[in-house]
Amino acid sequence: MAEPLLAIRGLRKRFGGLLATDQVDLNVVEGETYAIIGPNGAGKTTLIGQLAGELRPDAGAIRFAGRDVTRLDAPRRCRLGLARSFQITSIFPDFSALANVALAVQAHAGGSFRFWRPAAGERSLTEPARAVLDSVGLGGRADVLAANLAHGEQRQLEIAMALATKPRLLLLDEPVAGMGLDESQRMVRFLGTLKGHVTIVLVEHDMDAVFTLADRISVMVYGKIIATGTPREVRGNPDVRRAYLGEEVPSPC
Amino acid sequence: MARGRRALVLGVGGLALALVPPLAAALNQPFYVDLFRRMMIFALAAASLDLILGYGGMVSFGHAAYLGIGAYAVGIPAFHGVDNGFVQWGLAIVASGLAALVIGAISIRTSGVYFIMITLAFAQMLYYLGISLETYGGDNGMRLARRSLFGPVDLTNPAVFYYVVLVILVLCLVVGGHVVDSRFGMVIRAARSNEPRARAIGFSPFRYKLAAFTIAGSMGGLAGALLANQTEYLTPDFMHWTRSGEIMFMVILGGMGTLIGPVVGAIVLLLLEDVLSALTAHWQIVLGPILITVVLFARRGLHGLLAGARPRDG
Ligand SMILES: Nc1ncnc2c1ncn2[C@@H]1O[C@H](COP(=O)(O)OP(=O)(O)OP(=O)(O)O)[C@@H](O)[C@H]1O
Ligand SMILES: [Mg+2]
Repeated sequence: MAEPLLAIRGLRKRFGGLLATDQVDLNVVEGETYAIIGPNGAGKTTLIGQLAGELRPDAGAIRFAGRDVTRLDAPRRCRLGLARSFQITSIFPDFSALANVALAVQAHAGGSFRFWRPAAGERSLTEPARAVLDSVGLGGRADVLAANLAHGEQRQLEIAMALATKPRLLLLDEPVAGMGLDESQRMVRFLGTLKGHVTIVLVEHDMDAVFTLADRISVMVYGKIIATGTPREVRGNPDVRRAYLGEEVPSPC
Repeated sequence: MARGRRALVLGVGGLALALVPPLAAALNQPFYVDLFRRMMIFALAAASLDLILGYGGMVSFGHAAYLGIGAYAVGIPAFHGVDNGFVQWGLAIVASGLAALVIGAISIRTSGVYFIMITLAFAQMLYYLGISLETYGGDNGMRLARRSLFGPVDLTNPAVFYYVVLVILVLCLVVGGHVVDSRFGMVIRAARSNEPRARAIGFSPFRYKLAAFTIAGSMGGLAGALLANQTEYLTPDFMHWTRSGEIMFMVILGGMGTLIGPVVGAIVLLLLEDVLSALTAHWQIVLGPILITVVLFARRGLHGLLAGARPRDG
């Protein structure tokens, strides 16, 4: 079998007395959408943070696209094709929506030690940015200050910025969190169109989104992966049902 | 600020400033040439600080250090008989840039109050270094034997020196305007706006911030070289922390992240000082409340008041 695009081995992260990531092993194959679900505080965001390079694991290794990236910082991992979105919206509020995305295009393109030409006039930056904005449905809002976008639009912008870095692996931390039903369905449909073009690791509480999009699912509880399988397998797993006691897991239908 | 508008303001403002020497001559008030030259020199220092403070979010509380280095880069060669302006001003730009490179390399790894304290500490170190230079007057400083020599361009002529300063200021503002809107400028502005996000999309802000810090230091050093020629005197006081505070105040008063605003801030602050000190010996007591009022009621500075409530575009 070919090497997986992302391979995590023995990952561990401790916050004081709390093991937020506990011996996590995980493989993500190129092209698949891999969901990680689990109750609040399970350690999903902490895991994404370590994959993106923002948090340093205490132990373990992360291989991406055939190389060990455990010691690389976040910007370098992003330039290798590992982009993330944030659970708590993180954008450039005082820039227009277009400029937000153009920045991501520029970061990916490199060549930022240029001092003279106005970046806003560089079509090699603004045209790809516009295309990405269009694709997430923000085309009509390009010139609006990011701070003035509605919450759902900011969530779309969040995804657009990650996509504009042309990632091979997209780490999405609750992309539909806080969205209305309509918005969230549109986002899920959009993410569906990415399937096959880009590999996705999806953290999400919205089970409709997870079961629509995921090829495989891992369930995380107290920092541990307690089950991995296809959506069907995970739904039928009694451990999962126990961990989710009181929380929604749609029964097999 | 939109490019076109910035060019317009720069053109009109530059023209207005160019009228000062003939007007002063017509009114028989040569003193104003001196005053406005001084304002433009501080405007340059304030604009250079704005590059890193307003656009880069780096609250450097030691910007007077570069002013001092630039002044000593004129004074020390002059003391040893080297009067060539290209040598002196070139040295000012290089030496202050190098100092900024070193100070930045250490301070930019920190942020918030630590950044403020480290930049302040470096400036105070240089201040005490200046005091310890007994050869060059110690804490009394020294007189500049003669202004920098630039061949036929005679800086002892007040109007000639005035126009040299004006041209340098306008050039630096034009260059600065390009820098902040360029790809490079976008990186430091993105890092100010949201550094974790900037890193997450693939920018490593450190070297861009360091480069900006160095450019700002060089521009500050050039202002220092001009200031030494202006006062024909230099002392370690050029580097005192109160001087750093004054420059920062010009930036905030005029409006951070606008380049033109700090120029207005420098002019207004020095004008107020001049007018109030003529009226009363206790002018600082009057100046304080005026400044506090402006900062409280015009968050975006005088520039924000004048330009109206337009959003800053990215
Ligand atoms: N920087 C930190 N310092 C200390 N504890 C932390 C830190 N970040 C997260 N934690 C703790 O680690 C645990 C895992 O948090 P994490 O945010 O990864 O959970 P999550 O699965 O993303 O939860 P949610 O579904 O609510 O987003 C929680 O108990 C949290 O309080
Ligand atoms: Mg989370």
